[in-house]
Amino acid sequence: MALSSAEIQRIAHLARIEITPAEAVDVRAKLDSIFDLIGRMRAVDTAGIVPMSHAQDVTLPLREDIVTETDRRELYQSVSPAVQNGLYLVPKVIE
Amino acid sequence: MFTAPIAELAPALASKRLSSVELTTALFDRIDALNPRLNAFLARDRKRALGAARAADARLAAGNASPLTGIPIAHKDVLMTAGWKTTCGSRMLENFVAPYSAFVVERLADAGMVLVGKTNMDEFAMGSSSETSYFGPVKNPWNVDYVPGGSSGGSSAAVAARLVPAATGTDTGGSIRQPAALSGVCGLKPTYGVCSRYGLIAFASSLDTPGPFAQTAEDCALLLNAMAGHDPRDSTSVDRPREDYARLLRAPGGAKPLAGVRIGLPKEYFGDGIDADVAAAVDAALGEFRKLGATTVEVTLPNLDLSVPVYYVIASAEASSNLARFDGVRYGHRAAKYDDLTDMYKKTRAEGFGAEVKRRILIGTYVLSHGYYDAYYLKAQQVRRLIAEGFQRAYQQCDLILGPTAPTAAFKLGAKTSDPVQMYLNDIFTVAGNLTGAPAISIPCGFDRNGLPIGLQLQGNHFRESVILNAAHRYQQATDWQRREPADIALETAR
Amino acid sequence: MSWEVVIGLETHTQLSTRSKIFSGASTAFGAPPNTQASAVDIALPGVTINKRSVFARKNYFYPDLPKGYQISQYEIPVVQGGSITITTKDGVKTVRLTRAHLEEDAGKSLHEGLSQAASAMTGIDLNRAGTPLLEIVSEPDMRSAEEAIAYAKTLHTLVRWIGICDGNMQEGNFRCDANVSVRKAGDAKLGTRCEIKNVNSFRFLQHAIEFEVRRQIQVVEDGGTVEQETRLYDPDLDETRSMRTKEDAQDYRYFPDPDLPPLVIDEAWIERVKADLPELPVAMKARFEKEYLLLPEDATALTSTRATGDYFQQTLAELAGIPNVPYLSQSPDVANAKSVANWVINELGAFLNNHQTDIENSPVSPAQLAQLIAHTGPFKGTISHKVAKDVLAAMWAGECGGDADAIIVARGLKQISDAGAIGKTVDEVIAANAPIVAEYKAGKEKAFNSLIGKVMTATKGKANPSQVNAILRKKLGA
Ligand SMILES: [Mg+2]
Ligand SMILES: [Zn+2]
Repeated sequence: MALSSAEIQRIAHLARIEITPAEAVDVRAKLDSIFDLIGRMRAVDTAGIVPMSHAQDVTLPLREDIVTETDRRELYQSVSPAVQNGLYLVPKVIE
Repeated sequence: MFTAPIAELAPALASKRLSSVELTTALFDRIDALNPRLNAFLARDRKRALGAARAADARLAAGNASPLTGIPIAHKDVLMTAGWKTTCGSRMLENFVAPYSAFVVERLADAGMVLVGKTNMDEFAMGSSSETSYFGPVKNPWNVDYVPGGSSGGSSAAVAARLVPAATGTDTGGSIRQPAALSGVCGLKPTYGVCSRYGLIAFASSLDTPGPFAQTAEDCALLLNAMAGHDPRDSTSVDRPREDYARLLRAPGGAKPLAGVRIGLPKEYFGDGIDADVAAAVDAALGEFRKLGATTVEVTLPNLDLSVPVYYVIASAEASSNLARFDGVRYGHRAAKYDDLTDMYKKTRAEGFGAEVKRRILIGTYVLSHGYYDAYYLKAQQVRRLIAEGFQRAYQQCDLILGPTAPTAAFKLGAKTSDPVQMYLNDIFTVAGNLTGAPAISIPCGFDRNGLPIGLQLQGNHFRESVILNAAHRYQQATDWQRREPADIALETAR
Repeated sequence: MSWEVVIGLETHTQLSTRSKIFSGASTAFGAPPNTQASAVDIALPGVTINKRSVFARKNYFYPDLPKGYQISQYEIPVVQGGSITITTKDGVKTVRLTRAHLEEDAGKSLHEGLSQAASAMTGIDLNRAGTPLLEIVSEPDMRSAEEAIAYAKTLHTLVRWIGICDGNMQEGNFRCDANVSVRKAGDAKLGTRCEIKNVNSFRFLQHAIEFEVRRQIQVVEDGGTVEQETRLYDPDLDETRSMRTKEDAQDYRYFPDPDLPPLVIDEAWIERVKADLPELPVAMKARFEKEYLLLPEDATALTSTRATGDYFQQTLAELAGIPNVPYLSQSPDVANAKSVANWVINELGAFLNNHQTDIENSPVSPAQLAQLIAHTGPFKGTISHKVAKDVLAAMWAGECGGDADAIIVARGLKQISDAGAIGKTVDEVIAANAPIVAEYKAGKEKAFNSLIGKVMTATKGKANPSQVNAILRKKLGA
């Protein structure tokens, strides 16, 4: 299978990764060969097979509804690119 | 002495013939001398390590030491380590200092191990050669023109070069076992859920497994004893009674210590595409196992050839979602110039991630996207189950599955960087263990014509770590591949 | 042209937990920004989600969504099906539920309060991120804004009733998305719908739907077509406006969360919850109408919250326990219930309303209210209704510890039922008001009421009104 340039740009937008037209050529060639490899599994008959999402057959553990976390804002925001008054700053979100 | 395995260092520390400060100092001298050639470490801190070593010596003196107290260790840079830069080999986290520690990091510190540094790796653990690191490739200590394997190549190289007796790694598709094989050390991937993933920067959540590197299987057992345990902060952490993974190793062996052990030989592991030297070394190892009393049986693993395609769909899908948090908002790289929010996201991620990471995010985004989910993602989940069922049938006939860890020994730096598919196929024998969640070890079993180490993989069913470790240990008692050291590294030490 | 309106609602109810769904951070409202955002909530790398259920990841980029995905239930929600019965002026109607699923809330974007230098920026507070929500999705069964409001209010009552959500709409703990479309009356096919997001008051919901219906009808009548889009209601302008169109509709790439094994709720758990479930509002309302012959509107008012229903029933029980209460011709329960309903809804209700407080915070307890009611007309008749209202005010203020008996004694309010004493006052009033007496004798019935008023004033309202009435008539020779 071959992905079109438009498809590459569509998924790059979904993934929020800028891909320049120059990069797109290489990305497209490599993705094509990877999807050739991936395509091999499509020949297997999997009718009625239950998909396997986890490596183990376990169920979700539950916990008590108690507050265990304390305020660690200062520590967590010590690695932040932009903060003010305890808020993370991002380019204006228009709605 | 300083380059001995843990099982020899520990009694020396316990009997005060050696102090942790002496040991740590000696190893730091080695690291300072050799790391510039290997690029195995991304961060190291002698002062901090010596502080920990002094604390360990005090604990040894006080008589409340664990079997690992005072032993130096390095952590793969995918593991959050409080107060240490934790970069995941990425520009995205170039200046990120971890505010907390991973579960396994905590556990090994609690055991009294001395942290010397963080090891280099493929960016976000995506790779099989440790060449995708933003901080440059790791070199194989046996020949610096070759890769050490990946993604935990910094850890495997550090142990191979005897810079540390132990290191942590993570295995998502073979990232502990394959570099262990290519670097000539032991690497154990435990059962999924045995070691908590808390604090492991997620690549593919349903596959990621922390585990140890060491010179011997016995050391791996000691390390796993400290790393394993239930952790409520990881919903997939298994809650089982504590287990001594070294207990079988201590049992008296006799001439045939592996009598009663049935070794399965899948024809899928001995077909085309396997290097002749690798095949010969594995064959010779098999002979040893028979001598030790093990019996062999042929088994089949249906669809094993599809484990790589299945893996790349599942791992990439999970990665595309797991890596969405790297958006330049709360931490990590943020582009300097952008027009608006979407542009900030796109430039930040374009600059912060390397080519391989971007490729996998794109693959994952695509296979989950509208119209493709069923054909790729769902299909892969179904084939995953078929592969897992194949292993379950095989384990009705055998206790262990034996084969090569990788189809070849180490390859040259740059040899596969332009062809991702060739790189991916290096994981052909290891990825199934991640898809099924079962444990496996890679141990050295010989060398190829270029003098590069060859790895032997022993796989077992879920929670059979002790059986795997025991078989590997008995083999290592009968052979000495694990004692071989890279020649020029030995020279370097003598210098 | 006649139009039919079709409405379905998606309601996000914030679950009343102390801690977040996947972290031990507090869910308390109003803390300084990002002080209740744990490592999990701000999606630090290496954090694996832990504990409680939820099955899928909904992937999209937004600054208030720290992980780049929302954990939500998708293919297999915790609840499928069900229905809600609503009552409007047109009668009773059943609205089907599609599903109810657990998910985590996002953070908040703040546009004010930043410095001049950051005025081109938005501030992100992640305190709310990870707060558990139950999203309840209805079928498009509603046909008017009125029905939509009735549904929303019924649901609001229900979630508060069973104690899973505090229902505080100002804090955003109960917010509705409305899917609105119109079609020509008789058309089988649904029109194109627009989704109005995050409306957080019933009044706004009504206005938003009404505006949207007008807008869509206008669009179609003008020969246009309604575009599928997400719209936002602006209360200041009382209008909805486009937020995003179908073209930039997201591809959410849902897939099962690999960090979270499936949530398994066993039979025993379901049985336990069932056993703990209180009588639900609809059942309680029906019972009040049937057992106590209450009017539907009174039964509705008494079941507006579980606390109101409980208060009513407790007062009734207390009243039945007070000895020597004479009953009228009706069964005791019915007679008592009628009085208690009146006191709870109207008299106590007025105080609650004036003080902007809920019945659970009423300073007057059911036992105290019952004690007061026992003094009134249909029962002991110790005090008149008017006096009883004054006593309630005193009780509300905490006079005599809120004890009605003590207040009546202390204030000397006990009704005068002594025929001799009343007769004496009546004689005095007749003597002092000859012109009015003359008017009465001339046939003016109004004059009689005036004389009663004079007697009541003279006794400071304490005289038993029916006795006054009888004695006055007798003395006037009627
Ligand atoms: Mg919704
Ligand atoms: Zn929702």
